[in-house]
Amino acid sequence: MRRSGIGSFVLWIGLTFLTLLPVWWMLVVSMRPRVKLYSKSVLIDDLYWDNFLAVLNSSTFLQYLWNSMVVATSNAALVCALGLLAAFGLSRYKISGGDNVFFWLITNRMAPPAVFLLPLFLLFTKWFVFGDFMLFDTKIGLILLYCVFNLPFAIWLLKGMLDGIPLELDEAARVDGATTGQVLSHVILPLARPGLAVTFILTWIFAWNEYLFAATLTSSADARTVTTALAEYVSVTGTNWGEMAAMAFLTTLPALVVLGFVQKHIVTGLTFGALKG
Amino acid sequence: MRQSNIGWLFLAPATLILFVVGFIPFIYILYVGFFDWNTNALDPTLRWAGLQNYRNLVFDTTFLNSLARTLVFAFIVVISELLLGYVLARALMADRLWGRQFFRTIHTLPIVVAPIAVGATWRLLCVPGFGIVPYYLKLWFGIDYNISTNAYHAFGTAIIMDLWHWTPFVTLSLMAGLTALPKEPLEQAQIDGGNKLQIFWYVIVPMLKPVLLTTVFIRLMDALRSVDEIWMLTKGGPAEATRFIGLHIWINVFPKTDYGYGAAMSLLTLYVTIVLSWLLFVAMTGRKGGAQ
Repeated sequence: MRRSGIGSFVLWIGLTFLTLLPVWWMLVVSMRPRVKLYSKSVLIDDLYWDNFLAVLNSSTFLQYLWNSMVVATSNAALVCALGLLAAFGLSRYKISGGDNVFFWLITNRMAPPAVFLLPLFLLFTKWFVFGDFMLFDTKIGLILLYCVFNLPFAIWLLKGMLDGIPLELDEAARVDGATTGQVLSHVILPLARPGLAVTFILTWIFAWNEYLFAATLTSSADARTVTTALAEYVSVTGTNWGEMAAMAFLTTLPALVVLGFVQKHIVTGLTFGALKG
Repeated sequence: MRQSNIGWLFLAPATLILFVVGFIPFIYILYVGFFDWNTNALDPTLRWAGLQNYRNLVFDTTFLNSLARTLVFAFIVVISELLLGYVLARALMADRLWGRQFFRTIHTLPIVVAPIAVGATWRLLCVPGFGIVPYYLKLWFGIDYNISTNAYHAFGTAIIMDLWHWTPFVTLSLMAGLTALPKEPLEQAQIDGGNKLQIFWYVIVPMLKPVLLTTVFIRLMDALRSVDEIWMLTKGGPAEATRFIGLHIWINVFPKTDYGYGAAMSLLTLYVTIVLSWLLFVAMTGRKGGAQ
């Protein structure tokens, strides 16, 4: 079916405008001094960086930023490592009951977070306590917790990729005397590297973006993340819009940076490989 | 394929972690739901309550209204996103479209923005007295748009925000599905003289059904649990106009520390979610048989 490109082009220009408007407005507000905040013009009138500086000079926010970095990066690394091992096991071995385990692993992703908030809060504060150490309000707690939604996702994505690597390569390496560990590190790992990169970036973004668990299961600057900083900021000072916009923009920035790179894989990722984007 | 228990060795670490943070909480909440437990009450211990929590839940109109509101919200956004996404996917797939890659990338942007930042951004746009949306609606159309006093405006804005955030995902996944469709049945239908509507309904929709249902499933699950954006936009207000079920649980259970009742609420929500996805699954497999 041929259709003219002009109509579509106009439609897409309009749509691009609508998609960008909220993000653009956030940027405009973040670059306005207090006296000009209530101007209704949608143009950036001058480059005013004080809102960003104010946010970045706040030691609490920097601490939160650091926490987010640590949590997202460690979680993505952990998830990639464990996900690769699990995907290798599922893809290369006949495991009795493997299909059921796989199905159960995947369903964890679908769990509504609000439902698991309460039991996790109770477990973190009352049960997973070892002497003076409890999982509540620690970065480790969040890193482990984010596995609930990131690990099933990584296993699914990586299993699809490992299934695509021919079994003959493994066999050839084994004939040459390679151990299972060597097959994994010398055959699978190099070939799965692009897939691992995509998995790492997407899980990193999901962990970075998460709010509900972070807000409920942490209470101090030791473990709070940027998303909670943004939410707290709104509840504490409802009127300093410039700084709030700057903070929202900084929270969004990592996603913007990797946007072009994950763009191709996001549909595959979000539909659990059911659709190739 | 190697038949061996070594496979379990590779699965063990992932299974262990998901057992601890995914399975134990589920069992634990199942257990807590049978007790009367409030850590700030006179008696802060667990007291057996049987099904009393669930009995109270059935008469808790705030909870039930919130659940109903969530379902209405989810159905509206999922259906609108499906229709919009289909139109946009077809538009983006036009034969001659300059800058397709550019549009695609821009369109992916909302998907990766943190929900909490989406909420903050839409608050900046819509908050009365500051945002440009109320200002220009008043100036150009004379509409008194106010999300902090008008329940319909708040609910509508929550829907539009969700459309902004997730229609791109539907568009992209439908595009993936449409691209993968075989060309022959479409051409055959055209030769046989089918009009556009007939081709759409009898050829495209049945072939696209797996993709459509996958997309609906994922969107429905997400819409039922949206919390962050709404929390930032309206805090669930005005009154309870945008207090969806996830938000209701979150803002009720923790300040009140009424854990037994909270557990019952969480479980009933989980139950509704599971039933809905099961119904969808039955529709998916049932209709597949009918179409062939």
